Amino acid sequence: MIRLENLTKQFNPAEPPAVDELSLEVKEGETCVLVGPSGCGKTTTMKMINRLIEPTNGKIYINGEDSSKIDLIKLRLGIGYVIQEIGLFPHMTIAENIATVPKELKWPKEKVWQRVDELLETVGLDPEQFKNRKPKDLSGGQRQRIGVARSMAADPPIMLMDEPFGALDPITRAHLQNEFLRIQQRIKKTIIFVTHDIDEAIKMGDKIAVMRKGKLVQYDTPEDMLSAPANEFVVNLVGGNYSIKRLHLIRVDEIIDRSPFTASSEDAVSDAKELLEKSKLGLVIVTDENKKVKGFVIPAYLKKDGETNADIMEEPDQTVGVGSTLNDALSVMLSNGQGYVIVVDEKERLEGVVTLNGIMGVLQDND
Amino acid sequence: MTKKWGSRIFFSLLLLALFVGYPWYGINNPADRTVGRMLTTDNIILYAQQHLTLWGVSLLFAIFVGVSIGILITRPYFRFAAPVVVNLVNIGQTVPSIAVLAIFMGIIGMGFQTAVVALFLYSILPILRNTYAGINTISPDVIEAAKGMGMTPGRVLRRIEIPLALSVIMAGIRTASVVNVGAATLATFIAAGGLGVLIKTGMAVMRPQLFMTGAVMAASLAVLLDYFLSIIEDEV
Repeated sequence: MIRLENLTKQFNPAEPPAVDELSLEVKEGETCVLVGPSGCGKTTTMKMINRLIEPTNGKIYINGEDSSKIDLIKLRLGIGYVIQEIGLFPHMTIAENIATVPKELKWPKEKVWQRVDELLETVGLDPEQFKNRKPKDLSGGQRQRIGVARSMAADPPIMLMDEPFGALDPITRAHLQNEFLRIQQRIKKTIIFVTHDIDEAIKMGDKIAVMRKGKLVQYDTPEDMLSAPANEFVVNLVGGNYSIKRLHLIRVDEIIDRSPFTASSEDAVSDAKELLEKSKLGLVIVTDENKKVKGFVIPAYLKKDGETNADIMEEPDQTVGVGSTLNDALSVMLSNGQGYVIVVDEKERLEGVVTLNGIMGVLQDND
Repeated sequence: MTKKWGSRIFFSLLLLALFVGYPWYGINNPADRTVGRMLTTDNIILYAQQHLTLWGVSLLFAIFVGVSIGILITRPYFRFAAPVVVNLVNIGQTVPSIAVLAIFMGIIGMGFQTAVVALFLYSILPILRNTYAGINTISPDVIEAAKGMGMTPGRVLRRIEIPLALSVIMAGIRTASVVNVGAATLATFIAAGGLGVLIKTGMAVMRPQLFMTGAVMAASLAVLLDYFLSIIEDEV
């Protein structure tokens, strides 16, 4: 648990304080997103928690303990820290980078390397392939994964994340967000997450703290913030399109159709035709014996020559993962130009289908 | 790996052959008696030894002092001094090496020690400047990440700053080394010996074989030492 009490930081006596009498509480295992325009003091607030910036006034309590009384190094070793620029150490290998904090804590070597492998798996990178590479050999998305893995290395109960996905392209960002949400569900860290992107805040946060000019404007759950914005500023920040924003809050799991029509790639085309006639969607998904998605068949493909489904099916352009939001699903539908999207788990196995009708149904229910 | 070492050994031997072979030829084929009296195996070994000592002792102290001050002026408590120190270094560097020798002769008199002190001070400059620049140009994100994760300032210096600045520091050391081998040929003017003796005497008595021997040895020594340092730089 983190509690900020009247936290104030004044860099320059001639200017208004960067953070002004800020008080809020983040419960254990919760993600609190600090959101607001640049210069609103969100990063300053975050850096006061690991004391990269010392507050001018006010107190920070970590699990009830006054953080200014905790030994600085001990405090920081217990707080995971991810920044937008990542700040990987260019002269060290990926494994050494991830091992930074465990090494500072003098873990036995074997335990350190075992933990490195485990973390690389967690963030979806093959340990054997990546361990011994240098940061410069990685893509932006991969580097950010390493940054996250490094911050989780010693399993700190608290994590500070400053625009961790800010420098990534939208597709990679959505992907990493979903992955991180999945990881967070399991590890249940107390997280302070800084972003200027309200969509990201709605998606990632259990609670959102809207800040403006160093002051806390509203501190609420995403749902409450969308339905009852505190003032004009929050309304403008959230923007219009309330329904669209809500799509960030709902996961595909809630409306997924888990039993779409499936066939194996060796099945005869005539079988697929029969299934298609029964299917309202006009879609048959082709999977292998491990439920891995191989392709799909729609009525138009029946005109093609071929004996089995393998001959006529097409591979899906894009699928979405199980943890994705409806917003992610909708944007894939739009880019595929289809009224549905196939949902897969992390091993590309079929989970089900989400349809445009399903999404509209959810929105209508809530209106 | 072995191929790399193959070419390294080959080039080192080539330079070494020039460094040893040129005077060797002169000793065995002196142009006249004047040259013959000067070009003896004992003399050559003595001058080369003096030269290497001048180079080595002054460079060693310069690395120690230059790197230390360079690091110190990047620390928060001494950062205020950085502009002053860096400017002093830049001014110091513009003074010709023979003038530095002359000034120190005026202060501490002639002799080997004077030469060592002058060369030491002269070669601190590139090392100090590069150490400062090398540490100062490290991306602040990297330092912030290290600090934020809980590394102590000493650990940040040892594990992050020095390794990342090492190539720039090494470049400074190499510059200092090359300058130093060259400047050491001037030590003869204050009676500190070295390969400059051959050049100075050779010019005084108009014997090209003498001053060429000194020049070729000093030049090949400079290249050889720089080559060794570049190998060290690659390996660390």
